[in-house]
Amino acid sequence: MKVTLRVWRQKDSQSAGQFEEYDADGLNPNMSFLEMLDVVNETLTEKGDEPIAFAHDCREGICGTCSCMIDGKPHGPESGVTTCQTYMRSFKDGDVITVEPFRGSAFPVQRDLITDRDAFEKIMQAGGFITARAGSCQDANALPIAKDVADLAMDAASCVGCGACVAACKNSSAMLFVSAKAGQLNLLPQGQPEKDSRVLNMVAAMDEAGFGNCTNQYECSAACPKLISEEFISKLNRDYLVASVKGLFESKAL
Amino acid sequence: MNIFHVLFKSSIGKKVIMALTGIILFGFVIGHLTGNLQIFSHPDKINAYAHFLESLGPALWAIRLFLLAVVVLHIWFAAQLTLENRRARPVGYDKQITLRATLGSRYMRYSGVVVLAFIVYHILHFTVRMTHGPEAYPMTILADGAAVRDVHSMMVLGFQNPLLSVFYLISVGLLSWHLNHGLVSMFQSLGLRTRVWTGALEKVVAAICILYFLGNAAIVVGVMSGQVRIQNPQVAGYACRTNCEICGARTAEAITESAETSEDNQS
Amino acid sequence: MILDSKIPSGPLEKKWDKHIMDGKLVNPANKRKYEVIVVGTGLAGASAASSLAELGYTVKAFTFHDSPRRAHSISAQGGINASKNYQNDGDSVYRLFYDTVKGGDFRSREANVYRLAQVSSNIIDQCTALGVPFAREYGGLLANRSFGGAQVSRTFYARGQTGQQLLLGAYSGLSRQIGLGNVQSFPNNEMLELVVIDGHARGIITRNVITGAIERHSAHSVVLATGGYGNVFYLSTNALNCNVTAAWRAHRKGAVFANPCYTQIHPTCIPVSGDYQSKLTLMSESLRNDGRIWAPLKQGDKRPPNQIPEDERDYYLERKYPSFGNLAPRDISSRAAKEACDDGRGVGETGLGVYLDFKDAIARLGEDTIRERYGNLFDIYHEITGESAYQQPMRIYPAVHYTMGGLWVDYNLMSSIPGCFVLGEANYSDHGANRLGASALMQGLADGYFVLPYTLPHYLADVPRDPAPPTDHLEFVKAEEDVVERTNKLLDNNGKQTVKSFHKRLGKIMWDKCGMARNKAGLEEAIKQIPELREEFHADVRVPGTVKDLNQSLEIAGRVADFFELGELMCRDALAREESCGGHFREEYQSEEGEATRNDAEYAHVSAWEWKGKDQPPEHHKEPLEYESVKLATRSYK
Repeated sequence: MKVTLRVWRQKDSQSAGQFEEYDADGLNPNMSFLEMLDVVNETLTEKGDEPIAFAHDCREGICGTCSCMIDGKPHGPESGVTTCQTYMRSFKDGDVITVEPFRGSAFPVQRDLITDRDAFEKIMQAGGFITARAGSCQDANALPIAKDVADLAMDAASCVGCGACVAACKNSSAMLFVSAKAGQLNLLPQGQPEKDSRVLNMVAAMDEAGFGNCTNQYECSAACPKLISEEFISKLNRDYLVASVKGLFESKAL
Repeated sequence: MNIFHVLFKSSIGKKVIMALTGIILFGFVIGHLTGNLQIFSHPDKINAYAHFLESLGPALWAIRLFLLAVVVLHIWFAAQLTLENRRARPVGYDKQITLRATLGSRYMRYSGVVVLAFIVYHILHFTVRMTHGPEAYPMTILADGAAVRDVHSMMVLGFQNPLLSVFYLISVGLLSWHLNHGLVSMFQSLGLRTRVWTGALEKVVAAICILYFLGNAAIVVGVMSGQVRIQNPQVAGYACRTNCEICGARTAEAITESAETSEDNQS
Repeated sequence: MILDSKIPSGPLEKKWDKHIMDGKLVNPANKRKYEVIVVGTGLAGASAASSLAELGYTVKAFTFHDSPRRAHSISAQGGINASKNYQNDGDSVYRLFYDTVKGGDFRSREANVYRLAQVSSNIIDQCTALGVPFAREYGGLLANRSFGGAQVSRTFYARGQTGQQLLLGAYSGLSRQIGLGNVQSFPNNEMLELVVIDGHARGIITRNVITGAIERHSAHSVVLATGGYGNVFYLSTNALNCNVTAAWRAHRKGAVFANPCYTQIHPTCIPVSGDYQSKLTLMSESLRNDGRIWAPLKQGDKRPPNQIPEDERDYYLERKYPSFGNLAPRDISSRAAKEACDDGRGVGETGLGVYLDFKDAIARLGEDTIRERYGNLFDIYHEITGESAYQQPMRIYPAVHYTMGGLWVDYNLMSSIPGCFVLGEANYSDHGANRLGASALMQGLADGYFVLPYTLPHYLADVPRDPAPPTDHLEFVKAEEDVVERTNKLLDNNGKQTVKSFHKRLGKIMWDKCGMARNKAGLEEAIKQIPELREEFHADVRVPGTVKDLNQSLEIAGRVADFFELGELMCRDALAREESCGGHFREEYQSEEGEATRNDAEYAHVSAWEWKGKDQPPEHHKEPLEYESVKLATRSYK
């Protein structure tokens, strides 16, 4: 099969970018989308041009490195997969495919299709953890956790941190990411001592990074390669409100 | 972090304000509709109701100011959120498809603006009473003899204008649409929306919004179809020329008489 | 060079405690004066960096990924072993230890493995405390499963993504330390050289893959947790950016490389579908519990599988290993598949594949039960191949999965360069010649959480508390010059062939000659071919772009250049080991039934190779493996 690519090319974060067109011919429908880009890049390199830079690593849909808006949807046309698990059989012979980087003030483009997602790191550093010093932990079975709670926490924990939620949101909101990360820990009994400070700090870091606001349209959840539910956003809102109001009435140690 | 910072500065806080102000405004429009639906009963009913509201004096002003503040907050934060959202993605995509967002949710700010325009006009029309000449704002006398504003006739006169009726229908239509997203959204923003009852919530909200629209539309239809007519003989277009059952004792003569009496009393 | 393993004396079960007691400590007030560089942020690196920071050391953490969370530990599916004996089924520290030593075909150090089994319990406690959502039973206690042929249920898991969940746990701890300022994080920074001053590792040279900036970083100690080198085969289940460069640069600076030839080939991967293939995907081994593996009886049988009648199918594992059947260990099943394909009976377009058939299981248990058990795996298979395994058998083929070899380390996890510690898959320490399922995650976290924090202070206690060496030290200057020269040479080469084309060719040599089965002639040929290909690479490779930009071609070129040298060493090691054991199968050394034949008399040792310069063959050292507690036995799966 053959497709035409309209690819965003941008030298670095300081330069302006533009679309370039490339023909990709002789493709096999069983190729992954990234393997198709590999082929295009080999041709470009042989011709003496610079290959298209795109983020990728594990190519099995779990590391969250790959990104790309493909024809207007993060990770391509299929639901519940990452770009690396998108295959050419999802396209038709002769298609013109528009490929863009994830965009947003908090997600600056670094080159071509590669986006800087460091803002997620800042959010995690602000509160995406349970403080547990190595060596000081009780026996793992000392704290039973109901199976449905553990399963729900696992749903949240399946977030791969790719940023598709931000990319799909018309406001570039990071609420689904933050809610999945905070939600996982807030659901578990181990996460209770830091629950309030966690949500307050993570949301503050999220706001500071320049993400937009949630308008409850749930594009994030639909674009998420792990289909994480927007219900976690509701939970984040609840936890955040409770934490703020509780702060008014709780006694504080000196 | 103090509560004011949380509410007014944080992204979630702003959404909470949208939700809380939204709930108040929703309550208001439902109350307003309930009041308006009295148009289908004896004119005294709605006129007395309007008179009662006006007679509240300072309390009415308190309510008005409160509602105004709520509207201002709702709009102010909507504008702020919108601006922030624009700033969050200064360079848009060349191509972006919609995956799941409902049409209503995508046009909230447009439906909101139209509704705002309507509200402004509505206030100028009925509260400030400056959009029409004095003939559009008649007085009437209640059974107990009180001279009050004839809201019943004002409304009928208003809806007899096809342009205004269409504007009204569009506005309440958009408002229903706005509420359809807004009401479910409130539960999400306040953290009360869960998978367990989202389906039911969405259906109930849709039903409420449809009923709200139908209730408003019924008034327009009632007037347009002649079902609701002007019953104040001093008003141009006075339509009640027979002593029908609805009017009961309120024949034209009776109204004229009581009007004269009240004029006498006043002088 | 004498390779001193520094294994403590005394009975096996007392060694680690004794070692901790004998080790020197660093005064709490002095800890922050010591700077430690940790390269790599996978399970081993992230757990080490966060634990050291918790202790009070000044830590710098490097990864070439944009986030520490993307390290390839993330891809592990199955689980993590621990000798908790929560199932009351007879597990113990000793049993986990014994299974691991036996699984490693008696080519690992007893003391190291015993320690691993000892701390395995603490890992589960630690990860649970960090919020890792392990699978649970209805009563709220942790669930276990039996994995990789183990006879006890000791594997903890989190759906099919245990690796990701464990890494996220370690990463969250690391993130916290970064937020607190105890760890300085350097994402997007690839280590390109180790700096050794007066015989001690004292720093690294990095390149920022976004800005292209080449930087010097100094410290009192350097910890390498940089993963495995399976990508030397071009196609493997490794992530595309996995590479050997950090370990190889340390090797060239004096760290000896141990057992490079031990490579684990996983039997159940999705076969290559075409020349464009960039990566092989693993299907969980658990499929073999219900699937039956077969190849057509006739050579070149191209009929669709469902049209091949029962009596023309060869269920070769069941035929050769009646008692273990389809559950034969990884190395044995892999080789059997290769044999069938070499015999011309392979299936699929390429002829490199065998069938994994669920027809009987579906008939016996119903499609719903199979869907419940393997639904997500069948979905992955469908996603990748477009075929439904409910309707026709899966095609599978072995693929390179894990490398047991790595930089040699002593009991303290220190390499032969003082001050340079090596953790996780990057070292060779615990798996011997073959790694058991669910043991890699255990080792990475053991090294980072519970070994290095005890052994590193012992080294640092003797290091003067002066600030880390200045980065204008001559060795830093020289190391940086070296990196710049290497980089520029690649960029200025202006050849004709792409990096990828060379990588593919190298991979093919490695797979053909040093893959699932090796022989003397093939290895000797490879040892000739690889340097030739390397010469061609340096003469004719084309690397576009500049050093100053984000340049993915340049990154790969540097890694492939190191793979050439490593590949040659792997072949040398495979040639020198004249026996078959675990992941190393020499065709000359097999029983009449085709089983691997170990030679314990001559080869019960660690092969360690010392770099002697670019044009010199490496020097071969041997660390004898002494078994005090375990009796060497032959594995039998008949």
